[in-house]
Amino acid sequence: MSLSDFFNMGGYAFHVWTSYGLSFVLMLLLVLLPIKRKKQLLRSIRKAILRRSQT
Amino acid sequence: MWKFILQLTSFRNFYRFSGRLLPWLGGITLVLFAIGLYWSLVVAPIDYQQKDSYRIIYIHVPAAWMSMFVYIVMAVSGAIHLIWKTKLSVVIANACAPIGATFTFLALVTGAIWGQPTWGTWWVWDARLTSELILLFLYIGYMSLYSAIEDRATAARAAAILAIVGVVNIPIIHYSVDWWFTLHQSASISVSKGSSLHPSMYWPLMIMATAYKFYFVTVLLQRTRNEILERDQNANWVQEMEKQL
Repeated sequence: MSLSDFFNMGGYAFHVWTSYGLSFVLMLLLVLLPIKRKKQLLRSIRKAILRRSQT
Repeated sequence: MWKFILQLTSFRNFYRFSGRLLPWLGGITLVLFAIGLYWSLVVAPIDYQQKDSYRIIYIHVPAAWMSMFVYIVMAVSGAIHLIWKTKLSVVIANACAPIGATFTFLALVTGAIWGQPTWGTWWVWDARLTSELILLFLYIGYMSLYSAIEDRATAARAAAILAIVGVVNIPIIHYSVDWWFTLHQSASISVSKGSSLHPSMYWPLMIMATAYKFYFVTVLLQRTRNEILERDQNANWVQEMEKQL
């Protein structure tokens, strides 16, 4: 099987790659968004600690 | 054993324990996906009727299984909250909702994309498809109900009740293909009857299903830890942990 055969998926390239692509994007977002949120949370917690130690 | 489980229900202990578990879960998920995707897209043979379009099975079926599994986790967490008033179970149930909604959405969309060449239509209002769509609305309903109620304790209780009532939909989804005449095919794999899939197609599907399970636990812990951090941001243990960094 050649690489172009693989991407062509026997003529079903649109169906197969749209399904896999959409699943990949959404499931990646489900991992990345909480990582971003965690960074935000830790930043605000650190800020609050700094503010308290200064006063 | 019970003592260990009880100790885990405290936010602080759960945060620490899950933090140690997370890199392992993430690693196992990646390895399983690497093997599963290679097997599904390259190694597994072509289907003699559907040709390569059948390869959608490797992401459609695990997403559909997870859409129901996550719902049960969410409803059981809700029930545990109602019975024992544990805060951790609310956090877990809340974390389940967006993840389960994503799996449900993916099951519906990959199903539609698969249905187009196989059935000649993207969508029919048959029992399997309709009950899966209702599942999506149940997840969305859980999230909107929780965020619509200002008081946190009332919100948690109301959302838990919604989740528990919605469980009736799960056996309907599962048995819909047997109870009604549907365009959707009946199960190829069942606990009681085994599998009608050829082993060369069955095993990659099992690897993908396991990858989805590990993936779910990974993202569930991520979300649970974030809400713990948010709720306990003024607690001593969070302050101490942050000062050490």
